[in-house]
Amino acid sequence: MELRGVTKVYSRGLVARTTTVALRDVSLTVMQEQPTIMTVAGESGSGKTTLAMLLLGFIQPTAGGIFYKGQDISRLSGEARVTFRREVQAVFQDPFAVFNPFYTVDHLLSVPIRKFHLARSRSEARDRMVEALTAVGLHPDDVLGRFPHQLSGGQRQRINVARALVLKPRLLVADEPVSMVDASLRASILETLRGLQRDHGVSILYITHDLTTAYHISRSIVVLYRGSIMEAGDTDSVITNPKHPYTRLLIDSIPWPDINRRWGDTEIKAKEGESADTTPGCKFASRCPFVMEKCRTAPPLFRLADHHAASCYLLEKHPPVESTRLSELLPL
Amino acid sequence: MGESPVLEVTDLRVSYYTDAGRAVALDGASLTLGPGEKLGLVGESGSGKSTMALAMMRMIKPPGRIESGRVVVAGTDLMALSEEEMLKARLSRIAYIPQGAMNSLNPVLRIGAQMADAIKAHEPKAVKSDVEERCKKALESVDLTRSAYELYPHELSGGMKQRVCIAIDILLRPRLIIADEPTSALDVVTQRQVMETINRVQKEIGAAVILIGHDMGLMAQFVDKVAVMYAGRLVEISSVRDMFSRPLHPYAQALISSLPRLENKGVFQGIPGLAPSLLRLPGGCAFHPRCARIMDVCKAVKPDLRANGPDRSVACHLYQTGQA
Repeated sequence: MELRGVTKVYSRGLVARTTTVALRDVSLTVMQEQPTIMTVAGESGSGKTTLAMLLLGFIQPTAGGIFYKGQDISRLSGEARVTFRREVQAVFQDPFAVFNPFYTVDHLLSVPIRKFHLARSRSEARDRMVEALTAVGLHPDDVLGRFPHQLSGGQRQRINVARALVLKPRLLVADEPVSMVDASLRASILETLRGLQRDHGVSILYITHDLTTAYHISRSIVVLYRGSIMEAGDTDSVITNPKHPYTRLLIDSIPWPDINRRWGDTEIKAKEGESADTTPGCKFASRCPFVMEKCRTAPPLFRLADHHAASCYLLEKHPPVESTRLSELLPL
Repeated sequence: MGESPVLEVTDLRVSYYTDAGRAVALDGASLTLGPGEKLGLVGESGSGKSTMALAMMRMIKPPGRIESGRVVVAGTDLMALSEEEMLKARLSRIAYIPQGAMNSLNPVLRIGAQMADAIKAHEPKAVKSDVEERCKKALESVDLTRSAYELYPHELSGGMKQRVCIAIDILLRPRLIIADEPTSALDVVTQRQVMETINRVQKEIGAAVILIGHDMGLMAQFVDKVAVMYAGRLVEISSVRDMFSRPLHPYAQALISSLPRLENKGVFQGIPGLAPSLLRLPGGCAFHPRCARIMDVCKAVKPDLRANGPDRSVACHLYQTGQA
């Protein structure tokens, strides 16, 4: 899967058109041969869900292109389209909203099997369901034949993962999969996702605002703010040694469950975000405590280390990198 | 704490009467809070955290009912008040910031009007200019500008609206503020700003705070004491330091070890099993089917919350052998 210079602009209004840049010039590659877990992190309005929708082909980019196995996904036809639909799957945020309350779990899991003709017989279909449920740590007997309201939030979310899994996907787009479940279940769902990557060779794009879980689950991370990439690289370097003022602010604000690491060492200097932001320069400039004159033009990405880049003029002593080559900086 | 407590909850019980039977949502909760103390109330969804908060506010609605218990705030038992007296006590003695409070602001009224309402309801004779000044002071103390008084809710961001709600809550200088997941819909930066605001104003007015939530990270950052709930019962109350360094109750232990930290990258440890339904609670200790250290007595006898050293209590048979 490859994004080349993708920009998405939402516009509204007939006469006085107001436009919102949801995503600006983003290039990313997820390799097929090396399954990985990549995090796209950002607060609400950062464009992370837009990115998910683009990858799934639900919306079209305003500029740039999205390619799956070398083919533009907006021009896929026939068999290639079916393959794309099967191999790229999604898990969404709300485990309560996506189920039709009138159908049992069996129905939910068997529809994709039937639509994609993945099983020749009923018993084979059942085997696939059992296999997928077991892979996400559920006992098939506990959930098959049940209705959604008979299941807990954690079970539902794992069934969502299982539903994606029966199709044997190559890429799973997980948009805030754990934000609505209890802390005690979070761990088991994340472990499930990691098991998929490790044992089933599925690449996962983990979209979240929660850097704590991102740190634990992913190899690489891309931090978005208002549609632009602020910082990217190896998760360890970005989280333990953030360079961009925005990333530093984010990481200083994480409530770590650790009483020896309390807030208050760093004061929050950044201002509260305003809603409309049409500046062509650095998107963070209006909140940045270090803002300079040149921040009015968008800074390029600077390469800080082999696997670490940030887009900020404070780091301009480092060599700039083309935004299209960002993926080379992300470890697999 | 040598001073007299701000809050004393004794044996508070709440049940919900449903078609499927009676669900005991709060089973004899007792706790004490000193002036200015900050307590975190944690547990999975359905463990009774919000029920406890609503019961303290006497805001349980049918089919729920407060069966018994005392809630003494600064010397007054709220349960003994008349409806009318209780109306007065809300906000002036005990204030509540519900989940998603920011969405409860009236969209067609200016912030100022909504704040002034709160004062007028309690002090009908208050002078208008005086009310306005008090409101603006409260806005300043939550880091908003005085001009926010003239604005409508839609002109403010989520974090700012949440701080307006805090400003309303401190107008009458309550002795106790209960905040139910006050930051659950906000991103981390705004969350930190809101929590720091609560922290500052509670010091200013000397109120005790109960913070409800399941984000243990927030608890570690904010509270002095943590109370863990499981299936309607308080199972452990400890100082935040003890809770994080050596929790006693097996459920608290599992909860703490399931937390993602910087040091243990890549270690995920969930709690096996599921939270029980309140309609079909297991006998004895409700946690026994999920407990790693189960004993025979756990299946038969419900353990009481008992003191374990100074300022610490736990409801678990592991710590009660040898005692009466």
